[in-house]
Amino acid sequence: MLIFIFYLLIIGAGTGGELCVSRAMKAVGEVKDFRPAALVGVVFRALRVSWMWAGLGLMATAFFSLLAVLSRENVSVVVPVTALSYVAGALGGKFFLGEQVTPRRWAGVLLVCIGVAVVIVGRR
Amino acid sequence: MKSSAGLHFKTYLLISLMVIFGPLGNVLLGKGMKRIGAVSIATPAGALDFLSRVVSSGTIWLGIASLIIFFGANMLVLSWADYSYVQPASSVAYGMSALLAHFLLREAVSPMRWMGVLLICLGVLVVGHTPPRTTEPG
Repeated sequence: MLIFIFYLLIIGAGTGGELCVSRAMKAVGEVKDFRPAALVGVVFRALRVSWMWAGLGLMATAFFSLLAVLSRENVSVVVPVTALSYVAGALGGKFFLGEQVTPRRWAGVLLVCIGVAVVIVGRR
Repeated sequence: MKSSAGLHFKTYLLISLMVIFGPLGNVLLGKGMKRIGAVSIATPAGALDFLSRVVSSGTIWLGIASLIIFFGANMLVLSWADYSYVQPASSVAYGMSALLAHFLLREAVSPMRWMGVLLICLGVLVVGHTPPRTTEPG
């Protein structure tokens, strides 16, 4: 039961965190200069966006949940199951970030879901 | 919509970094956590014990370093590419994690589990042929 909650946190908080970070980075704007000093500047600009802080908090939650699950289950099960975040990701991209998710992309996401289901069935 | 060669090149370069360092980080975390073992974190004392074991593991710190590289590449790529493009494209990393878990951690992976991982990678291939950006910069 506890492990189920941790999986939910990895997927939910992880995807939510990435969506927040994505939204923050879109506010920062496209990175065109890859010199170290410029990258440090990008980090500081990103940290001034409140979405970045929300994202970091959610991702930290997902990270510690991942550690908890990894102490009990194999990497080759845990990691594929967390691919369920793809559904959440496509939905979030569409409804939270206003991105257009093409039918082809939905088909790919569906294949990923089927793959995850097969991994879960073949778990033992 | 923007689809210049340069945009594609830097997108693929950063996604490659994500595909290498993400799985490596996961496998190192898995190795470190297996050594620590299942810890009850239901009580504050248990949670503290869990945290202190985590921060004193070198393997976990290596895993965290790998994941920071992954996170940096992920953040940069998200400054121009769509989230729903980057996330599935980088999911080749899921197959990579299973391979590394099998060969580095010697995990027994059933044929069915490999099949599932293969399906995940196929899903990624289908998604990979969609444009990297559908929203206007701004």
